[in-house]
Amino acid sequence: MPKRTDIKKILLIGSGPIVIGQACEFDYSGTQACKALREEGYEVVLINSNPATIMTDPGTADRTYIEPITPEYVAEVIRRERPDALLPTLGGQTGLNNALAVEKMGVLDECGVEMIGADRDVIKKAEDRELFRAAMAKIGLDVAKSRIVKSMDEAREAVEELGLPIICRASYTMGGAGGGIAYNKEEFEKVVAAGLKLSPVNEVMLDESILGWKEYEMEVMRDRNDNCVIVCSIENFDPMGVHTGDSVTVAPAQTLTDKEYQRMRDATIAVMREIGVETGGSNVQFAIDPKNGRMVVIEMNPRVSRSSALASKATGFPIAKIAAKLAVGYTLDELPNDITRETKACFEPSIDYVVTKVPRWTFEKFPEADDTLTIQMKSVGETMAIGRTFKESLQKALRGTETGHFGLGGGKKDLWDTPERPNEDAIVAGLATPNEHRMSFLRYAIKSGMTLERIQDLTAIDPWFLDQLIQIIEIEEEIREVGSLSAVTAEQMRRYKRAGFGDQQLAYWLGAAESAVRAKRKGFGIEAVFKQVDTCAAEFEAVTPYYYSTYETEDESPGAKRVVASDSPSPLSRVMILGGGPNRIGQGIEFDYCCCQAAFALKELGVESVMVNSNPETVSTDYDTSDLLFFEPLTTEDVLNVVDRLQPDGVIVQFGGQTPLNLAKGLEAAGVPIIGTSPEMIDVAEDRDRFAEILNTTGLLQPPNGTATDAAGARKIAERVGYPVLVRPSYVLGGRAMEICYDGPALSGYMQNAVDASPDRPVLIDRFLEDAIEVDVDCVADFGLFLDSDRPGEGTAIVAGVMEHIEEAGVHSGDSACCLPPHSLPPAVVREIEEATIKLAKALNVCGLMNVQFAVKHEGDEFTVYVLEVNPRASRTAPFVSKATGHAWAKIAAKAMAGVSLETQGVTEFCPNGVAPTPKHFSVKESVFPFSKFTGVDIVLGPEMRSTGEVMGIANAFPGAFAKSQLAAGNPLPSSDAASGNAIFISMAEGKKPAIVEPARRLAKLGYEILATSGTAAVLKDAGVEAEVVRKVQEGRPNLIDHMANGRIGFIFNTPSGKGARTDEGKIRAASVAYGVPCVTTLPGCVAMVDALEAQAADPAPHVVSLQEWHADAAPR
Amino acid sequence: MPHSSPKPAKLALADGTVFTGEHFGAIGEAFGEAVFNTSLTGYQEILTDPSYAGQIVTMTYPEIGNYGVNADDVESKGIAARGFVVRELCRRPSNFRSEKGLNEYLAEAGVVGISGVDTRALVRKLRSAGAMTAVISSETLDDDALVEKACNSPELVGQDLIRTVMPESAASWDEPLHKFAAPSAAPPSPNDGTPGRTPHVVAIDYGMKWNIPRHLSAMGCKVTVLPGTATAAEVQALKPDGVFLSNGPGDPRPLDYAVGTIRELLNDDVPIFGICLGQQLLGLACGGEIEKLKFGHRGANQPVLEKATGRVEITSQNHGFALKEATLPADVEVTHVNLNDDTVSGIRHKTRPAFAVQYHPEASAGPHDSGHLFARFREMMSKA
Repeated sequence: MPKRTDIKKILLIGSGPIVIGQACEFDYSGTQACKALREEGYEVVLINSNPATIMTDPGTADRTYIEPITPEYVAEVIRRERPDALLPTLGGQTGLNNALAVEKMGVLDECGVEMIGADRDVIKKAEDRELFRAAMAKIGLDVAKSRIVKSMDEAREAVEELGLPIICRASYTMGGAGGGIAYNKEEFEKVVAAGLKLSPVNEVMLDESILGWKEYEMEVMRDRNDNCVIVCSIENFDPMGVHTGDSVTVAPAQTLTDKEYQRMRDATIAVMREIGVETGGSNVQFAIDPKNGRMVVIEMNPRVSRSSALASKATGFPIAKIAAKLAVGYTLDELPNDITRETKACFEPSIDYVVTKVPRWTFEKFPEADDTLTIQMKSVGETMAIGRTFKESLQKALRGTETGHFGLGGGKKDLWDTPERPNEDAIVAGLATPNEHRMSFLRYAIKSGMTLERIQDLTAIDPWFLDQLIQIIEIEEEIREVGSLSAVTAEQMRRYKRAGFGDQQLAYWLGAAESAVRAKRKGFGIEAVFKQVDTCAAEFEAVTPYYYSTYETEDESPGAKRVVASDSPSPLSRVMILGGGPNRIGQGIEFDYCCCQAAFALKELGVESVMVNSNPETVSTDYDTSDLLFFEPLTTEDVLNVVDRLQPDGVIVQFGGQTPLNLAKGLEAAGVPIIGTSPEMIDVAEDRDRFAEILNTTGLLQPPNGTATDAAGARKIAERVGYPVLVRPSYVLGGRAMEICYDGPALSGYMQNAVDASPDRPVLIDRFLEDAIEVDVDCVADFGLFLDSDRPGEGTAIVAGVMEHIEEAGVHSGDSACCLPPHSLPPAVVREIEEATIKLAKALNVCGLMNVQFAVKHEGDEFTVYVLEVNPRASRTAPFVSKATGHAWAKIAAKAMAGVSLETQGVTEFCPNGVAPTPKHFSVKESVFPFSKFTGVDIVLGPEMRSTGEVMGIANAFPGAFAKSQLAAGNPLPSSDAASGNAIFISMAEGKKPAIVEPARRLAKLGYEILATSGTAAVLKDAGVEAEVVRKVQEGRPNLIDHMANGRIGFIFNTPSGKGARTDEGKIRAASVAYGVPCVTTLPGCVAMVDALEAQAADPAPHVVSLQEWHADAAPR
Repeated sequence: MPHSSPKPAKLALADGTVFTGEHFGAIGEAFGEAVFNTSLTGYQEILTDPSYAGQIVTMTYPEIGNYGVNADDVESKGIAARGFVVRELCRRPSNFRSEKGLNEYLAEAGVVGISGVDTRALVRKLRSAGAMTAVISSETLDDDALVEKACNSPELVGQDLIRTVMPESAASWDEPLHKFAAPSAAPPSPNDGTPGRTPHVVAIDYGMKWNIPRHLSAMGCKVTVLPGTATAAEVQALKPDGVFLSNGPGDPRPLDYAVGTIRELLNDDVPIFGICLGQQLLGLACGGEIEKLKFGHRGANQPVLEKATGRVEITSQNHGFALKEATLPADVEVTHVNLNDDTVSGIRHKTRPAFAVQYHPEASAGPHDSGHLFARFREMMSKA
């Protein structure tokens, strides 16, 4: 059946900001879908609020709406664009929920829009627990016993029947939000109450416990001819009880006989048919009782998912792309298998390797959070590794997590040989209650002599997996016994490498340097070979160059041969781009965006691009983003292996965040040609003393500062520069361990804890500029242009965008909102900042991207500009600036690095005076936080970054743009005439109270009811603003939390006077998260919010404008 | 626990390639045609599939033996494959049905195995050079000597291998389908078997996988199994309602006696259903010709298009020979094609009640997509 010709324009809904449970896998799938549909000649309209995506690049869709993904805005886009069809299955749960909502609003009927892929009934049947259970019963499939409750009373009744422990899940939430396992009645009450609140339909499902059962996932595709194929099976290392997003998972399934596998396959297809997903991909989850093989269906997602992204990367089968083509009428047998080209997409991939995914958590950012792994997902990223055996694949994946582990054990994070070696009690506890260190505890358990049976008893992990760990540790014991590098034989070395051990692990146990292990290994002729991911286990020849390393006899990579394209403006032939590895807080999709742009730039220049990355969620690891893809951990060893084989003539390290930068020195030492700003200069920017020299020569100011390695030294500096001081370790991203210390004891305390963050680097101490405005600047430059020997030392810097932060300096730039162009700074100050940026770029000989953070201190009309930090590399804001200005700055920077000057590119022409044209519209970036997953954590913003994602709001003026950014971030703006939830609660810290008077007056004028704590209320009343006094938590009831519970509060303005989950205000802020009431914790944030509420009151209707229209006058590039 | 050095073993191909690995299973030497199977599961079913007689089987999936072996998942009374090649042999299997490990299983059956081999390199070799003779040895480790042995090993072409795997005498079948393969869990099939009288099927066993008679029984048939050398008279004497032509090993061309039997049965208008070798024999009986495929189809992911419906089924396959479409007479219709290479995957006689498929609707190992063909056969018998 050929594609449909009755539809021409298709709307896709993206998944919005990166949050736990919904990350860049939807950028990957959405981008694939856009490309696939446009390839077929359809006009694609996209709505997605996340500017950091490739999906929202203006070239990906025909019409790109960076607008809040709310039913109102989606409806507005539909009314404006009048698409023929809506494809709801590629934007995660957000896409599905919004599609359902606009359907319910009647907008689809009104505008004649057809839902393709999955329609309302399908989505409901899959998502509604009761309908789903009934459907399963109809086709004779078993499910866990369950009850659905809508109140506490019903819940109490249900638990009598189902017993404890019991699994609780909130309906229609993503990533398992609002779920948990209750082992006792008290926990049960807590979990159910939270779930009822978080569920948009106030519904919680209670399940019979199947904890400890084996957990599986099946990725299935179906076309309109009812052809069904299974793309991949996945087996979880961690049994039922740990969310699959928090589990180590392995593809394909390892411990199922063919009979059991086929039974699961039959069931998967039966589920697909019964739920009625007409075309596209779905995911079905199963649990199997290890004692008797009883199989139950857990759930089905009638859409692409995190697992489908993993399955695509694991097999080479592009699920999202095929799903998009099936949605417009193709059948599987009509579509080619891209990888073999000869065969069809209608087949089931066979793989000849083992794929392991390991999650990455960031509990260090949320010390107050419960780090137990449960059925609610808590990880923020993941890494995937491919190996010929599970042992190899697991050890590569552990290396790829970039958490200081280079495999199973061996390294500075290994406690076994240290005084901190856990005792038996600690080991038993670590096994019985899964947390992020589970793999280490398993190792300690095995090393302490605990039997497999005992470990199985404590963890319910399948013995097959446990024995694999035991085998790895047996080899470790052998390595330790060999004792020294000189004693290792070639046969032993080959065996160790084949079991996946990293050179770093061998170095640790053999007491040698990593480089010595490498040299010895290469001396033996033991080098990594690269094998192809080909969907068919080598049965057919594959054309797609997607590789992984292993230690076998045959290499399939293209080798060192490379050709400079004769018509290329670049002198380079093959450039390698190092990606960012697993997502984490501080390093996520923004850097993947930059890496993809680098690949696109190289493609445009005719230079062969080589991507190295380990993150399966991303666009960068799509096999057609770059010319060659190597799915490898980002360690010196693994990267050098690829370099050795491919001999690139350029390597880009400045786009993948801190990960590749950390490797830069080692790679350079090994003779790898790094292009762009030199690692030396990147270092200068981090080195306090050397950077101070640069500032001196450029005549720029910096807050008084110093560096220290111990508490005494730190206090000395603090006394010199004056308190408060901002302290942080050098060479970290995302403000890891960054704090503001107001006095000596706090500073000493910090110094004792911070040394761990980066042991061989000093701590940086800055005078903290209170109430200063922070400004971020992104810049692109081509100084010291690579290979351009005609014009040594010459170059240009272009300021791409200046962003004024909403929150004051001291809030991490990754957590603050910002506006481009600056919404309050005088033009002269902006000009001063632009000039300073250009000076810095020149002084640091920047070639590529650079980001500078400034603080502007103002007293009266007096503005002083300080340089806070310079990062001569891609910044988190690069994609936002690109979307705000209409120019792909990362792509421009990559071309400069590849030797094509800004002048040659024509950039200097459209950016006179070294500054990109200021857009006429205002773009606001807002950050999105994972607090709802970490209940009880204080949400006050600070120097340590904690946001996972970002959204963008664009409008003709700042207030409107800020309002959109809030809606997009999931902070509904209450209307003053709403029936409920229109009260605004204000509680200001002592010094901030007078400043809130005018904003409060404006709120009152808009008609909002104002509630305040007694102190704040008194100040407001004195100024003539009416405010109802509300009790603090410790002042008795009804208190603020009661008002929140009753739905009276629409917004909270609360600036902290103290911090921490245990303080009274900390409790209020934590409760605001639990009740879903937006809470602003900075004074400038409150003021901006009042601006937004005014803008909304003046013009409540949603207005949407596509990126292509905003940038109609920007030169296309 | 220190690592104890395993016994080395080697695999040599007739083209001179030698792979070094570790020995498992039985000690000794094994000759045969080197082939590979891309199924991710089902090594026990594959090992016990009589169609692998005369072959050394390589599994492309590297981790083999993970779920052990059990008494249920067998397709014949023993292991037909001559040798077994894997990348990683499981040390400690895990599955609630597991009874023993693969190493022990092969040792007891006298089958030589080799692990630690770069099986992907081996498969790429076979893919580009075609299936070739090979030897596995845990005794001779001299490369040149092994390659010579591989070259001297007889080729499959022209050999009659069915006599090594077929039963010696007639027997009636009474084993049911495994509960996991029970139709309740299977996708709804368009033609369910009609209840009523019990059709009698004579299954001519050329090395039949046991899941075939299990399926026929599950369809409500009485099954009598005859050896592959059975004459038409011997079949007719049993007054069958239908005749089933089984799968089996090797080249169909030397099997004149079987072709002769089928030709006579065709004239009887008794419903005939063939699978794999059964299809090739039916094709020969109708006047078609056979070709050897370069490296064959062996796996559980082969897409087959049914021309009449446009539906694609994912099938289990195991064959090195195929019918040449151009040689088929006008009264034979090609009903199914392999989507990967357009080879003949199913035929139907236009005037006689006979049809056959090149793939394995009985699955085991493999998907159940085509199980409905047994119902189709059942229906054909009730109409006859």
